[in-house]
Amino acid sequence: MRGQLPILIVFVSGVFMAIQYFIPHDAGVFFYEYGGVFFYEYGLDCIIVIGVFAMLLGIWSLFRVQLDKVAKRSPGWGYSVVALGGLFFMMIGGPLWGIEEGTPFMQVFWYIYTPIQATMFSLLAFYIASAAYRAFRARTVLATILLLTAMVIMLRLIPLGAISGPNQKLATWILMVPSMAANRAILIGIGLGIVATCLKIILGIERAYMGHD
Amino acid sequence: MKVISFIRVLFFFLYFLLIASPLSFAQEDLSQSWFNPHRVNMLIFLIFFFAIIIYFIDRAKKGKSLFIRRIAGLDAIEEAVGRATEMGKPVLFIPGIEDIDQIQTVAAMIILGNVAKMVAAYDTPLFVPICRPMVVPVAEERVKEGYASAGRPDAYNRDNVRYISDEQFAYAAGVQGIMLRDRPAANLMFGSFFAESLMLAETGFLTGAIQVAGTANIHQLPFFVVACDYTIIGEELFASSAYLSKEPKLLGSLKGSDLTKAIIIGILALGAILETLGITQFTRWFFIE
Repeated sequence: MRGQLPILIVFVSGVFMAIQYFIPHDAGVFFYEYGGVFFYEYGLDCIIVIGVFAMLLGIWSLFRVQLDKVAKRSPGWGYSVVALGGLFFMMIGGPLWGIEEGTPFMQVFWYIYTPIQATMFSLLAFYIASAAYRAFRARTVLATILLLTAMVIMLRLIPLGAISGPNQKLATWILMVPSMAANRAILIGIGLGIVATCLKIILGIERAYMGHD
Repeated sequence: MKVISFIRVLFFFLYFLLIASPLSFAQEDLSQSWFNPHRVNMLIFLIFFFAIIIYFIDRAKKGKSLFIRRIAGLDAIEEAVGRATEMGKPVLFIPGIEDIDQIQTVAAMIILGNVAKMVAAYDTPLFVPICRPMVVPVAEERVKEGYASAGRPDAYNRDNVRYISDEQFAYAAGVQGIMLRDRPAANLMFGSFFAESLMLAETGFLTGAIQVAGTANIHQLPFFVVACDYTIIGEELFASSAYLSKEPKLLGSLKGSDLTKAIIIGILALGAILETLGITQFTRWFFIE
């Protein structure tokens, strides 16, 4: 029963959602709306409840691993102290002082968390530079084609006088023809892969979402 | 027999919808119709697609051999795990940053189970940092089951499947920390990735780890192609369960979707030729309203 019930719920939900797409009838819409209330609202409520318990599991996992590192003085244990400190400060600071502007919770959010997040995102530029350097080294014919294509695409945004017009046309052609064709081929494959996986899940062939086969 | 019965029931139901429905195709007000005629092409495609998949599943179950092309990225997983074992270093598995309700995360969990089985057989530590708390219990179960099916349930370490953070860049920083401190010899990244993909892949490259990545997020694929040794592109991620498990039912579904793809390519080529010749009726059959 423990194994069969989730498969039954998934099967009924999946078939219901697939069929309702083809039924425009008022009764179908009515059924969909009320079914939708059940599936979406009650379903979402369930997800929130499960999410809270899952969050507790997650926090417990984080706490256990970091505490273990501190206790064993593992390499980089100081970072674990910072992680635990941050976790408890934000967990306690919110209920204790509130989350209005000017409270310690919001000050940590604005003056520590936000700049750190912005820094992380900014680092992406350096990662892109180093990755682009490796990708665009003209060591083979294909790498040279890639380099030239990238140059055309990047230079389309820069005013280059007389060659701007032809470069713009070439860049547009590259984006709209070969690049678009490759994108669409991948997208069709992804779409079919998703539908096939959904069918396997609905029919109970694929059960990994339950954590076991 | 069950499959054939299922197809019969399905067709009976569709017959009821299509034929027995009091529908007039000319009628624009569809509020009293049990079937939307504007979506008939979609329905036909779905029935066709499902029927092909069910046919191949049935065929595979009867023991007929099905040829599946090699996917270098998936073959490389064993090579990566083997390398980590030789070096005595851990394997890092990153299942993306989306929740378990996303199909890519489900696909990542399928691969995780197979990877867990491999690392258990080689007795190599496996780290699985998680971004979404709901993924934690599923990942724990997959890894535990992988160790159990390799006959090493005692080797499973619960602390190696660890929650990091819900926040994208906090998670990325946490995983980068693991890469730099624990120096895993193999980084396996499967699932849904966004801006953090290049951060993780580049850090992994700097540590010298062998990297295999796979995602269906098309905008992140170039980053993985540049920074990783092997990249599983789009649909190959969804083929992984069949490819790695070799289970007949899953192989059948993979074969079915491959055949459908071949038919779609044929339809696209035919449509391009007909459109070039000025015959537009054929392509109009594929419009969805």
